Amino acid sequence: MTVKNSLLAILAQEPAHGYGLKSAFEESTAGAWPLNVGQVYTTLARLERDGLVETGPSRSSSEGERERQTWNLTVEGRSTLEGWYRKPVLDDPPARDELAIKVLLAVAADQVDVAEILQIQRAASMQRLQELTQHKRRADPEAELPWLLLLDALILKVKAELEWIELCEARLRGRRP
Amino acid sequence: MLAFEDVTRVHGDGERAVRALGPVAFEIRAGEFVAIMGPSGSGKSTLLSLAGALDQPSDGRVHLQGQDLATLGAAELAALRRRTIGFVFQDFNLLPGLTALENVALPLELDGTPGREAREQANEALARVQLERLTGRFPDDLSGGERQRVAIARAFVGPRRMLLADEPTGALDSVTGELVMRLMRDQCERGLTAVLVTHDPSHAAWADRVLYLRDGRLVDETCAPETGSGSPVLPLRG
Ligand SMILES: Nc1ncnc2c1ncn2[C@@H]1O[C@H](COP(=O)(O)OP(=O)(O)OP(=O)(O)O)[C@@H](O)[C@H]1O
Ligand SMILES: [Mg+2]
Repeated sequence: MTVKNSLLAILAQEPAHGYGLKSAFEESTAGAWPLNVGQVYTTLARLERDGLVETGPSRSSSEGERERQTWNLTVEGRSTLEGWYRKPVLDDPPARDELAIKVLLAVAADQVDVAEILQIQRAASMQRLQELTQHKRRADPEAELPWLLLLDALILKVKAELEWIELCEARLRGRRP
Repeated sequence: MLAFEDVTRVHGDGERAVRALGPVAFEIRAGEFVAIMGPSGSGKSTLLSLAGALDQPSDGRVHLQGQDLATLGAAELAALRRRTIGFVFQDFNLLPGLTALENVALPLELDGTPGREAREQANEALARVQLERLTGRFPDDLSGGERQRVAIARAFVGPRRMLLADEPTGALDSVTGELVMRLMRDQCERGLTAVLVTHDPSHAAWADRVLYLRDGRLVDETCAPETGSGSPVLPLRG
């Protein structure tokens, strides 16, 4: 789903060949989600079948290099992409959340020390937050904007996790040991 | 720089005694940036007041720069608070009759810095929290977040060695909060020692160390991972 729309988004900038799509995607997303070329080609095949992209002329990107198949966005591909940009992203139904599942199961179990689980998790999450913050501190706000924005997103997710842990601790206190 | 040796603070006595803090023991090195977290009422502000010699322990000792605070006289303590320690209080504590600039310059002037030089330094401190255009305003004519930044500038101004900040980012949006954290971090790289009380984990994460208080006790502590060539955060970044 995301890969499909991501490829459309890159092709909307300019026609590209398969490997170029992979590089452009990774560069725009700060290298956070590596794509393998095989995945790019199978997705392109599906997009072509659905009429969202079409093949363009074969080109070589530099003198003497082998010619490669390029791809273009179709009119329908462009409107699908626009639809994707406009559609808000909602986590509904929620993605599976291992920490939440683990804590809820621990609360339901009799023999498990939930407080200890929360404490271990909090220390690890805080360290992760400290690590991400160190990266943020070093990131160049102009030259590394995608990286910085991504760090902000990751930082806020861990922050939410830590706040949830705090709420769990507060709600579980006073409960039977 | 700062050491707590089995420190306890109890309010009232007998039946109605309330233990606000302790016993706690920890040490903070010069140039270290430490964050204190914990639920409301866990003793965070009490700890800061003791560290800044605004309050005395019921038991145990507080050492600042190698000196046991209990051995210092009133005048020495006052000089310490004026010269060595910068405070940002939970409720800002600005003087309403003074402009932002005058509020920031005041501790310098009290300490004998000539007026012009004090104002220059105060201007520079206010610029660092992006308030250069509001230096002439009175606290009542500033927004909550602007007032908070004046209090932060005041705590940073002059040759302070230690900063004690109680929820300094409470009234700030996330961009301004980050600005203040960067400022604290940078000052610590230059030798300032800072203790930050905060409820916001993303602010605490700027610190070298995070201490957790619960019911007046230290229950946990996390240290920042080694900087530099640490493990890459993401698959493609080395
Ligand atoms: N003068 C006092 N007399 C009696 N109890 C006090 C006094 N000062 C503080 N306390 C109590 O000591 C405990 C710790 O207070 P403190 O102000 O240090 O908490 P805190 O961690 O800063 O909380 P918050 O996050 O709400 O600011 C609280 O239970 C408080 O009610
Ligand atoms: Mg407090």
